[in-house]
Amino acid sequence: MSRYAMAIDTKRCVGCTDCVVACQTENDVPVGYCRDWIVEATSGVYPELQLEIRSERCNHCSDAPCVRCCPTSASHYAEGGIVMVDHDDCIGCKACIASCPYDARYVHPEGYVDKCTFCIHRVKEGENPACVSVCPTHAMIFGDLDDKNSEISKVLQTRKHKTLIPEAGTKPNVFYLL
Amino acid sequence: MTKRFKRRQFIKILGAGTGGAVLGTTALKAFQPGEKTDNFHLLGKATDAATPTYCEICFWKCAGWVHKKDGKPWKITGNPDDPNSNGRFCPRGTGGIGAYTDPDRLKTPLIRVEKNGKQVFREATWEEAFDYIADKMKMIKKKWGPECVALFTHGSGGSYFKTLLKAYGSNNIAAPSYAQCRGPREEAYLLTYGEGVGSPERTDIRNSKCIVLIGSHIGENMHNGQVQEFSEAVANGATVITVDPRFSTAASKSKYWLPIKPATDLALLLAWINVIIEEELYDKEYVKKYTYGFDELKKAVKHNTPEWAYPITTIKPHIIRETAREMARHAPATIVHPGRHVTWYGDDTQRVRAGAILNALLGSWGRRGGFYAQAKAHVKKYPVPKFPKPKKNWKDAFPNQFPLANLALSSGICDATIPTAERDCSFKGWIVYGTNLMLTLPQPQQTLEAIQNLELLVAIDIMPAEITGYADVVLPECTYLERYDDLRISPGRFPTVALRAPAFEPKYNTKPAWWMAKELANRLGLEKYFPWKNIEEYLDYRLKSIGSSLKEMKEIGVKKLENEEDLYYLDGEEYEFNTPTGKIELYSTALAEYGFDPIPRYTAHEEPPDGYYRLLYGRAPMHSFSRTTNNPLLTDVKSENEVWINPKVAREWGIKQGDYVVLENQDGVRSNRIRAKVTQRIRHDAIYMVHGFGRSDKRLRRSYLRGADDTHLITRVKLDPVMGGTGMRVNFVTFRKEGEA
Repeated sequence: MSRYAMAIDTKRCVGCTDCVVACQTENDVPVGYCRDWIVEATSGVYPELQLEIRSERCNHCSDAPCVRCCPTSASHYAEGGIVMVDHDDCIGCKACIASCPYDARYVHPEGYVDKCTFCIHRVKEGENPACVSVCPTHAMIFGDLDDKNSEISKVLQTRKHKTLIPEAGTKPNVFYLL
Repeated sequence: MTKRFKRRQFIKILGAGTGGAVLGTTALKAFQPGEKTDNFHLLGKATDAATPTYCEICFWKCAGWVHKKDGKPWKITGNPDDPNSNGRFCPRGTGGIGAYTDPDRLKTPLIRVEKNGKQVFREATWEEAFDYIADKMKMIKKKWGPECVALFTHGSGGSYFKTLLKAYGSNNIAAPSYAQCRGPREEAYLLTYGEGVGSPERTDIRNSKCIVLIGSHIGENMHNGQVQEFSEAVANGATVITVDPRFSTAASKSKYWLPIKPATDLALLLAWINVIIEEELYDKEYVKKYTYGFDELKKAVKHNTPEWAYPITTIKPHIIRETAREMARHAPATIVHPGRHVTWYGDDTQRVRAGAILNALLGSWGRRGGFYAQAKAHVKKYPVPKFPKPKKNWKDAFPNQFPLANLALSSGICDATIPTAERDCSFKGWIVYGTNLMLTLPQPQQTLEAIQNLELLVAIDIMPAEITGYADVVLPECTYLERYDDLRISPGRFPTVALRAPAFEPKYNTKPAWWMAKELANRLGLEKYFPWKNIEEYLDYRLKSIGSSLKEMKEIGVKKLENEEDLYYLDGEEYEFNTPTGKIELYSTALAEYGFDPIPRYTAHEEPPDGYYRLLYGRAPMHSFSRTTNNPLLTDVKSENEVWINPKVAREWGIKQGDYVVLENQDGVRSNRIRAKVTQRIRHDAIYMVHGFGRSDKRLRRSYLRGADDTHLITRVKLDPVMGGTGMRVNFVTFRKEGEA
């Protein structure tokens, strides 16, 4: 078994949006839509400020509300726990969009719901997702959490990290290194 | 044909024109869309295999591969052998496909004509366009001399027009990247070390333990390899000291953020020098062995104590001391970054020199973690006959001014186009390649006046732009993905050569620059300067001189060559610098000779009046100037700019987050509306915006009137007397509500 996950280093990330553009070209995401995006969160008062830059996307949650609520089972777990949408089975009811705490899904102009796939087509070929492989600052790590020797397992053992909206209880598989 | 328009009106590019309607000269057949056999010839490959390219979206020129899927354009990825990108493109490079797919591209040659009393563009054939240009150029040569034609250029294809202009008899070739950008930096380092910093910069950031950024917003300027190294250094725990009135991305990665009062950077640099000398933190051996003028320097900065700098810069004395000690602690693996866009206040050569002096005191030039020695490939040039010697050049218009300008000033040529009683060198023709002068040159009112005095204005570009609207002839270039270009020969830690080959056939009726220049040369009787049959032959000749070939380069994209020199000075190595004294000149003998301060000296700059704020501008990582603001992929991630306003200032003016405001500068010039970004991340005495937005050409459908154009508000400059750079951060703005009188 594998459990695919992503770790994003907020210390390295400069928020350049290359992950967004690379995803769009790799996956033919139509102009005006995106499967991943950048958040810049500022805190503090001048001149004592902090800035956290995050590349966000579907968290491929281990307990994914989108999978649970999908009436046609179009949203499902594929290999390695990757949450996928079967375009043919999707009826575009948007229940999954309403249930996702991360707002990670959108309706594709062709009528189905679309979102990040962790580039499963590349992962199957042994490659990293497009966003990971393009990131100029090497801020992203992709790998298998069930493999204790994988880079991502190691980094999560040594670096302080968090997930987004953990209180939603969805068990996200995208981690942010702090 | 030779009639001159009394007053050039701005013409919006016709939207309806597609290339198909105006094709038809036999000479051009090889490049017409739809001719498959020629297409295969052009591509060299008939499969979905990747085509090598180097990026043209910015000057970093990363090398990569263009991929197709089912024969259609798909994506661009980095070439792992390329040190500029290390196999990872930045968002602009990744989004380069958008330059190709943009439906608003220039599609066919255009000629300005008068129709019912109104100036319009008519679609023309290439032959007509070339004949028009050649006739005018011949006329100007005969009447005023060839020196009266100037070339403004930015980008790879400009090299062919440089050849054309030199062959024609003019060496008035300017790039706004000099007087409007990094000119003062190159001159300052040349004066100090006898060498410039170069591009990509010779900064050894990857190995730095302490990085000092003063006005350099790495991460927002997406100079790929440099950003990569910066991130790596941060991850490895390097101390970053960022001096910026704005809490930039880099500042957020820094141990120290020094929110300096704008226009006072030189005072801080001098105070740092003072601390490093007074506390004897400098590299004594290095200073003794390699530098000239230490005693004079020590004396000159004696009074520039942190206490002196505090009221000027607002940076507390203990922070100035602490950061200076931090620099010294990590020296020589400390780098005071020389910056890139440094034309701020008119004393820019002096300010950058202060940083160069600081680097010398820390011993970081020629040391690991400081500055390395660049290596560049020696590639044989294709032999051409000797160029004619011009009888005059742009400098004649500025007697005894800017004595240390080593390159032509775009702004100087612009000024010298406006005739005055004293000037004998008024320009009559401009060829503008790949640079949108209305947004790159400050004082757009001057640029417009200059344009009205021209007999000929040719614009070569990919996109309609403000400058193309004022041209007599517009030549539509195909994108870098549709053409060969000259080899990329970048300096770096080791020499590399990269190839750009066409991945797609040119869309519409567009052509590569090399072909345009060669065709124009034929019409001007200058064909001997373009002796190669076609670009493949030209490239193959050059590549053979480094033991490669066009065939090999199409397969590998980037060729790495051996570095024969050491990256750093060896311990105790004797070294002669290319300066008048043969030493690193802390005291510049050249500056002294021309009557300038041989050691930088702080002078106060004008401050914004009450209710006004200093206009600062910069870059966003997904855009290159105005060049990308209509790219469908890149406008998708950032479609307009915002004006950054400190919350206290916003409260005073009743401006809320996301409101549209209009900016008005000290001369009463107003901007287009721009959204307010009310943020703690900027000081109260300045506002900030990203450059390149607020486009005024309607045919740029995604960028038309999106956000504001900073250049429009830069109606005054302060000239750098050393080299003629145009200091542009000397404009002040206030707020107006949309529609307010």
